[in-house]
Amino acid sequence: MNRSIRRLGIAIVVLYLALFVKLNWIQVVQKDELDANPLNSAQVRRDFNRPRGSISTADGAVLAQSVANPDASSEFDRVRTYPEGDLFGQATGFFSFRYGSTGLEKQYNDLLSGTTFDQQVRGFGDLLVARENVGNLTVSLRKDVQQVARDELGERQGSVVAIDPRTGELLGFWSFPSYDPNTLSTTDAAVAEQAWSLYNLNPANPLRAHQYQDRYFPGSTFKVVTGSVGLQTGKVTNDNPVYPFATSYLPAQTDKAISNFGGETCGGALPRILQQSCNSAFAEMGTETIGPTDMLNGAGSWGFNSAAPIDLPDAAKSIFPTDVGNNPPKLAQASIGQNDVQATPLQMALVAAGVANGGTIMKPHVMTEVRNSQGDVIQTYQPSKWLSPMSAEMAATMRQDMIGVVQGGTASRMAIPGYEVGGKTGTAQVGTNPPTSHTWIIGFAGPPGQPASVAVAVVVLNQSGNNEATGGVVAAPIARAVMQKVLQIQYGG
Amino acid sequence: MLMVVIITAGAYVLASLGSDARIPANVIPFLVIVLGLLLGAHVAVRRLAPESDPILLPMAALLNGLGYVVIAGLNEKLAAAQASWTAVGIVAFVATLYFVKRPRSLERYRYTFALIGIGLLLLPLLPGIGRTINGSRIWVGIGGASFQPGEIAKVVLAIFFAAYLADQRELIATSVWKVGPLRLPDPKYLGPVIVAWAVTLIVMVYQKDLGSSLLFFALFVVMIWVATGRTSFLVIGGGLFAAGAWFAWKSFAHVQERVSIWLDPWKDPSGTGYQLIQGLFAMAFGGVSGTGLGLGGDVRIPASENDFIFAVIAEELGLLGGALVIMAYLLMVGSGLRIASRADHAFDKLLATGLTLLLGLQAFIIIAGVTRLLPLTGVTLPFVSYGGSSLVINYVLLALLLRVSDQNERARSGRATAVVAA
Repeated sequence: MNRSIRRLGIAIVVLYLALFVKLNWIQVVQKDELDANPLNSAQVRRDFNRPRGSISTADGAVLAQSVANPDASSEFDRVRTYPEGDLFGQATGFFSFRYGSTGLEKQYNDLLSGTTFDQQVRGFGDLLVARENVGNLTVSLRKDVQQVARDELGERQGSVVAIDPRTGELLGFWSFPSYDPNTLSTTDAAVAEQAWSLYNLNPANPLRAHQYQDRYFPGSTFKVVTGSVGLQTGKVTNDNPVYPFATSYLPAQTDKAISNFGGETCGGALPRILQQSCNSAFAEMGTETIGPTDMLNGAGSWGFNSAAPIDLPDAAKSIFPTDVGNNPPKLAQASIGQNDVQATPLQMALVAAGVANGGTIMKPHVMTEVRNSQGDVIQTYQPSKWLSPMSAEMAATMRQDMIGVVQGGTASRMAIPGYEVGGKTGTAQVGTNPPTSHTWIIGFAGPPGQPASVAVAVVVLNQSGNNEATGGVVAAPIARAVMQKVLQIQYGG
Repeated sequence: MLMVVIITAGAYVLASLGSDARIPANVIPFLVIVLGLLLGAHVAVRRLAPESDPILLPMAALLNGLGYVVIAGLNEKLAAAQASWTAVGIVAFVATLYFVKRPRSLERYRYTFALIGIGLLLLPLLPGIGRTINGSRIWVGIGGASFQPGEIAKVVLAIFFAAYLADQRELIATSVWKVGPLRLPDPKYLGPVIVAWAVTLIVMVYQKDLGSSLLFFALFVVMIWVATGRTSFLVIGGGLFAAGAWFAWKSFAHVQERVSIWLDPWKDPSGTGYQLIQGLFAMAFGGVSGTGLGLGGDVRIPASENDFIFAVIAEELGLLGGALVIMAYLLMVGSGLRIASRADHAFDKLLATGLTLLLGLQAFIIIAGVTRLLPLTGVTLPFVSYGGSSLVINYVLLALLLRVSDQNERARSGRATAVVAA
């Protein structure tokens, strides 16, 4: 019997060895994959019970804070609250033990909870002192600007992005519909579950940060990119070429012409065709004057086909089609922001900011500084360059042309007395029966003779009509109000 | 033994520090009781079975202590209950050592044990006292208390198998039933064992207790194999197992469900696969060194104090802690089998083998289930899981093993003395 017993022993050792191997597999090999699984709430649940820093705006409004849980029977000592409700939902994101975290809560999780290496090292000294080792975040967003964006957009689906072109700091970041992060961060699981399913049932998807996670056809606002690429490549100047006055443009290899809005006749050199938003002229410019290679590279130099390096998670890539070589019909449509061209509102704000900032696009940024619980600054954001698609000289030309659009073109409703304002409207048709469009405006403003201090992009979705004027009528007043608010803060009055 | 007490106490202090008073101070008296009880058990062994194996009890105490600390971190009420159950278990342990002076005295009552075992298994099916908890009808409730008679039946039936096979093993091994070219064992000598085995399997499948069925089947096959030394039993057993598994899979929805969860828990991650996936998350979150004792529970696992306690240990103590638990069982299995191979009498050998197998295989089945090595079948992790019946009966099992060990070591040293004297 002893031989059998020995063999039995060996067999059991083999079985246990298999357990050990499998345990290694789970805890070492698969660890990162399992930890990163979206269904895994372990990290968040852990962070949930730990002290967590606050998030405040540049004008002092508290956007997120951890407070003692009023529900004493709860398993959690703290609860995360968002005093501004849905006003900054998509910027702060939510912090939920059930659904993980998004937005700034996700991006700066380690700093907020005090678990960066730096904070941990500092924390060692505080080991015996009852002190919370958290990071309190200050962001460049402003409650007053955000409130104007919200009031102006009203109950229309759309996004407003306002940015300081000189630093890339975001000032306003609103999208309707938004959501209230309190409903998801609550420790009451039933409330969170109900809110979660309601938000997910909403076809407008309020949980998504449409400002930088959704793409739309940019329509005629893209003509700023086409014109700028033309200027930068030296193929276009303010005087040449002069595009023929026509009602439409017929690219090679097709019989489908690109028509002007309402069958209007338009043409001329760059300042004029930008003012009138002339489809036939820009289609010809992209297709024949600039050509597919320079158009594709040019769009790339403005940030298309890459995601904006914003300090918020999961930014969407804006798109310019890469298969325009030897495809004039497609290139012609793409040159006026149609076909497969898609851009996030953030991207279009960055286009306006790039023109306003002498041809340099700064990295878009939200966090400005982080302080510890004693109020000492432990991290400060230093603005840095993202892209330089254009020389300062060429940017000055485009800037002047865009000011022309406000002074005597489709964006006239954006004018602010006493300031230099430039802009470009856009109307991207999305439905034909009845005709509906995404209406856009991008623009910048600043004191005369000085660099522009604010740039915006506004998109209002699914507006009735498909007239080019729609963008100027619907979106321009929103952009104007937001910029005016920023200028008022910056320069008084 | 002292080492184990220090480790457990140290672990507990760490746990209460770490969890930031998540473990309230009023559980500390219970900890003192638990540690005191374990020391008491140790003294009892030194007095009642001084020659017995020195590894088994410390390992069991380590597992019990570790389980207690982890349970205390999850739920203080359960910790208090677990302390009481530890007390009952240790009383049973000492009583078994005290009353069972010679293991072979059990051999005489083999059919009584068979009847008791089957009776215990059938108990939950009786209307009135049977209870269905978590889908398995394996509980008996009398008044406010409930227990799982099947846990006790396992040990009782292992004693029966050992006694019967010790008696009949020669006949079973040598008799041959020729079926064509095959040389099969003669069924007439296997009759009572097969009846006992079939009844237990039917009962357990009917009660939806798959883990115990698997455990029992393996116990039965391996004990016959060890008793007779004939590999054909393993082959036949393997064949029967395959057929039984196929049949169970075909005819029981809950078996199919278990298998499909095992194959792909991600198909329904918030429903049927939830528990397994949360267990995997917990273990992965622990990584190599763990989150720290008392700092686990960041992943919510249903039945974490019970079937899934291994996942919590692996979360809090990481790969190192998980490996420690696996090592502890392996050491116990090693000790148990060494006792078996050093025993003189066939009954002692088979009893020690059977009891060791029960312990080692049960731990393997549940850890393999939690780590998704095998389909999950709910059995407790011996000495670690929360649960009275399991804890108490495992202490009895331990006492029986120690008794066999003490008996044979004394006989050996007796012989040695005799040789020296001559």
